[in-house]
Amino acid sequence: MLYALKIAARYLTASKAQTALLVLGVAVGVFIFIFMSALIGGLAEFILSRTVGDLSHVTIAAEDPDPAILIHPDGHVLAVIERGRARTASLSEAATFIPLIETVPGVIAVSPQITGAGFLARGAQVAQVSVTGLEPGRESDILDLDGYMTQGSVRLGSGLVVLGETLAEDMSLRLGQTVRLQSSTGESAVLTLGGLYDTGNGLIDASSIYVSLSTARTLFALPQGVTRIEIKLRDLNEADAAALRIAALTGLDAEPWTEGAEQLLEALDAQAQTGIFLKSFALITIVIGVASALLLSTYRRRPEIGIMRAMGAGRGFVVFVFVTQGALVGLMGGVTGAALGYLALLPFPSREEFEVGTLPMDITQGSYGLAITLTVIGAILASILPARAAARVDPVTAIGQ
Amino acid sequence: MTVLLEVSDLIKTFGTGEAETRVLRGLSLVLEAGEMAALLGPSGSGKSTLLTILGTLMKPTSGRYAMLGTDLVAADDTELTEFRNRHIGFVFQFHNLLPDFTALENVVFPTAVREGRETAAARARGRELLTRMGLAERIDFPSANLSGGQKQRVAVARALMNRPELVLADEPTGNLDRASAMQVMDLIAEINRDEGTTFLISTHDEKIAGLCRRKIVVGDGLVTG
Repeated sequence: MLYALKIAARYLTASKAQTALLVLGVAVGVFIFIFMSALIGGLAEFILSRTVGDLSHVTIAAEDPDPAILIHPDGHVLAVIERGRARTASLSEAATFIPLIETVPGVIAVSPQITGAGFLARGAQVAQVSVTGLEPGRESDILDLDGYMTQGSVRLGSGLVVLGETLAEDMSLRLGQTVRLQSSTGESAVLTLGGLYDTGNGLIDASSIYVSLSTARTLFALPQGVTRIEIKLRDLNEADAAALRIAALTGLDAEPWTEGAEQLLEALDAQAQTGIFLKSFALITIVIGVASALLLSTYRRRPEIGIMRAMGAGRGFVVFVFVTQGALVGLMGGVTGAALGYLALLPFPSREEFEVGTLPMDITQGSYGLAITLTVIGAILASILPARAAARVDPVTAIGQ
Repeated sequence: MTVLLEVSDLIKTFGTGEAETRVLRGLSLVLEAGEMAALLGPSGSGKSTLLTILGTLMKPTSGRYAMLGTDLVAADDTELTEFRNRHIGFVFQFHNLLPDFTALENVVFPTAVREGRETAAARARGRELLTRMGLAERIDFPSANLSGGQKQRVAVARALMNRPELVLADEPTGNLDRASAMQVMDLIAEINRDEGTTFLISTHDEKIAGLCRRKIVVGDGLVTG
């Protein structure tokens, strides 16, 4: 129906000011749609990166074995070995699994760790700490320690410890000083403070310390294996699927970050729903705007519709002319709005460069294609009513007007 | 001569109950191919209603209407639209051109709407008709910029575009000065003579009617002469 397209285009170009206003109205709606998409999407990404970005996306933790029991031949339990306070569970085959896990699509880092509790002592000052032993060279695989370092180096050599600034202040520690670390198993080591970090997370800064994997082995009396494998993914939203794949591959219980993060996910979902509502209102505004403008156009062009019908144009042709007008308005408004939205989002810093005090816009989440597609569909739907009204115009009455 | 159209016992009423008005009261008429007939009668005699029914823009309340062997009372809207496009041309009193289109675009409309696009052949035919109407210099002019007489000549060219067997003209010169009116009528007479197109021209003007070979007088909803 090239000819209907020509007539639709001619009607739009014949009333340039009216068409420009209509396209501008649609463009504003699309602009709001894109702005909201970038804001809601950016906000969600920002919240996730700030809350989960530094966490393990999939974790394999060693499980404590069931307590050993001694059973009498007649079935009575004679003795039970109580589970010790010190953690002894380990993933003894970790060295075998790690290369396998690294082959899983989406996995960008695998960090074998030995974790446990301990006491950090310097003189009369003692602090309870959470100890994590990391492989030298893989210190920043999960928590971006390197990025948070304020003094010294993140490099975890033998006899070195890295801890938070809050803890250092609490214990009046300075770089290069020595501290005694006693693990929950009773082993102790004298360590030199090699670096200080500030993550902004009070709990981590005040109670987490990092040592090398070999130091942790000694401290927790774990000659082989690890207690935990933390895995980072390229896309943290793929954690559930990746955990399933890793569990299938290794036979270990791989836990995604989403387990236990229901409240965060609910909050993000509520935020997304709010975004959908706002975007829907923008679309409804577009539909009402296009429908009213085309209804007006239909009324104004009644005599011409009558002439067309008299000259042999069928009702379908008339419908097509007005629906095409709607589609063209939707397309022009959609593209204009998307371009304006993109230009408006350009000055905002990228997700990686986001600064406190500005909106966490994500230009990549503008949903430009979706906005244009929905706008064109909305405009077509909006034009159906006016188009049907146009097709019902009685040529005799219309020509007589 | 061949019978082009035949209507018999045509009745058309508007409104219902006490407001019912019977405009055509059993009118019968035969038009032969190649005729150039004037439709005369006072205002309210039913001339325009008859032309509207003959043009398939309106259906009669009862009666028979057949053209080129097709029963146009029984036909549905789609069939009537297609029939109208192929076989009937219109010239209205107020030209009724599409104001946002050029003279040529107006003329080729009946063919383009049928074929779905403006073909080169249609444009050539349109140019030929406009040249014949003395509008060679105005082919690509926006129709809104033409004079009244020029617009009416464009309307005649548009009516002839699909080489219809019948052209219905409702007061085609009623809005023109005498010189323009005679110019339009000369063109109609020329086409009738050269191409054998049948014209039925509704008019109040005896001089215009005098240019037609047959006069059909309608009065009180019937053909009276």
